[in-house]
Amino acid sequence: MTQHAKPDIPKNWELEKLADGRLVLNMGPSHPAMHGIVRMLLTVDGERVVDSDIEIGYLHRGFEKTCENVTYNQCVPYTDRLNYVSPFINNVGYALAVEKLMGIETPARAQYIRVIMSEISRITDHLTCIGANAMELSAFTVYFYLINAREALYRLGDSAAGGRVTPAYTRVGGLTRDLPADFKKDTAEAFKIVRKNLADADKMLTRNRIFYDRLHNTGHISKEDAVALSFTGPVLRSTGVPLDVRKATPYLVYDRFDFDIPVGSNGDNYDRYLVRLEEMHQSMRIVEQALAQLPDGPVNHPDFSVILPPKEEVYGNIEALMAHFKLTFEGVKPPAGEVYQAVEGGNGEVGFYLVSDGTGRPWRLRVRPPCFTLTAGLSKMIKGGYIADIVSTFGQVNMIGGELER
Amino acid sequence: MNSYLLDALRAKFPDDLLETHAFRGDETAVIRKEALLKAAAFLRDGLGFDFLMDLTAADYLPRDPRFELVCHFYSSAHNYRLRLKCPVYADDAVVASLTQLWPGANWFEREVYDMFGIKFDGHPDLRRILMYDGFEGHPLRKDYPLKKRQPRIPHRD
Repeated sequence: MTQHAKPDIPKNWELEKLADGRLVLNMGPSHPAMHGIVRMLLTVDGERVVDSDIEIGYLHRGFEKTCENVTYNQCVPYTDRLNYVSPFINNVGYALAVEKLMGIETPARAQYIRVIMSEISRITDHLTCIGANAMELSAFTVYFYLINAREALYRLGDSAAGGRVTPAYTRVGGLTRDLPADFKKDTAEAFKIVRKNLADADKMLTRNRIFYDRLHNTGHISKEDAVALSFTGPVLRSTGVPLDVRKATPYLVYDRFDFDIPVGSNGDNYDRYLVRLEEMHQSMRIVEQALAQLPDGPVNHPDFSVILPPKEEVYGNIEALMAHFKLTFEGVKPPAGEVYQAVEGGNGEVGFYLVSDGTGRPWRLRVRPPCFTLTAGLSKMIKGGYIADIVSTFGQVNMIGGELER
Repeated sequence: MNSYLLDALRAKFPDDLLETHAFRGDETAVIRKEALLKAAAFLRDGLGFDFLMDLTAADYLPRDPRFELVCHFYSSAHNYRLRLKCPVYADDAVVASLTQLWPGANWFEREVYDMFGIKFDGHPDLRRILMYDGFEGHPLRKDYPLKKRQPRIPHRD
């Protein structure tokens, strides 16, 4: 038997033993049980996490810098790639921010469609979160049930926007296109699949002894700490704070629908799971109400200094041709100023802080990513728990590298 | 423009409040950076702003003061938002850290330091967050070229 030479391992990757018997353990950045590419340097005492340092930045793409150098509408496809499991919400949030800056409003039909697509995105976000969380806790079957449901919704989004994961559906002042003719029927069918698979997953997870034990009372955070750490979304609501941007400061037409904001009481992973599960049912409620109320009419702002004129007009008259040319080359030009627009994303408040200097390109575009604060607070949530609990907590934090690191 | 909130800030900090405005309904107060910590503490304890929703900066090169620190506060009790900004000069780019008021400011401030090079006085752990150690410059500064390439860093131990 030949003796292999010990490979030259960099110091960081070794188990470092501290003087008092604690170990420094490296988890990630690429680890099968990790929900994304994040590196955690854990100080462990036996199986307990004493301290942790979370290192991010593996998916930084310079989104904000890039957007300063392209026109307002060219930013839209980049926003798809922020939270790539709920791209419509980012599209809508960004478009709303620019429209707020310009002081314009889209027609009612466009607002309804934006609500519908946002809620479909919220369901795909939560499906992914719960599915991946269950998979990481070795309930692989549930993952396929939920991802199948997500696929039905992705197809729905695809039929409207022409893209499953990167739809780029909104434009400043409207949408790229109207909904397809049989969208209502397709939605009803897709929701049938989602409801069935959700009921199956519910049966398999909610009262499952193993799943319950791994989520209940793990990753606990108190209400006060969650607020101080700027948590938003399901993780904040699991502590019992009923804060949801859709209810608190309704944007679009959210004030016209009847829906509930589920809250937890313990602030642990199990409550986060239950909050997400219920939110999906509430989102379906919103979509069904919105489809029932959906008004007819245009989906785009009538002003050709905001939205591209139809192709027939571009080829038919000089004014539309000029408008087309100016919009394509210079883009929309909001007045100088700054706005902050918040929308409720899958993980919490997605905020767009936009500064314009009056030209066709944003002077500064800042995205407030909801999982940034959640990941920052992860150290607090895993402290004192077992190493194995990191997997369930990190899964329920639902870190999305695209929006975390932009 | 009369806003209770901005009036309260003006009454409390008559010398430090530089400007207030409410463009598109976003109420904004611009305050001297020396008073940032005091003003933020007053917002939290006196006016009920319990959330520090966002903290970021913007570079206004070639204007002087060059940078602006931008904080977005939210009050869940009053359902109200406020933007607090403070101008930061390039030759004295140090601001008081808000981490002692909101622990959630920790990573926001690390990102501002990483992207703009603004330092935070009193921050417990001011390191780069998105960029790696050894990265030169601060990418979101306007004088950082869009397509600048960085030298490859040697393998770290």
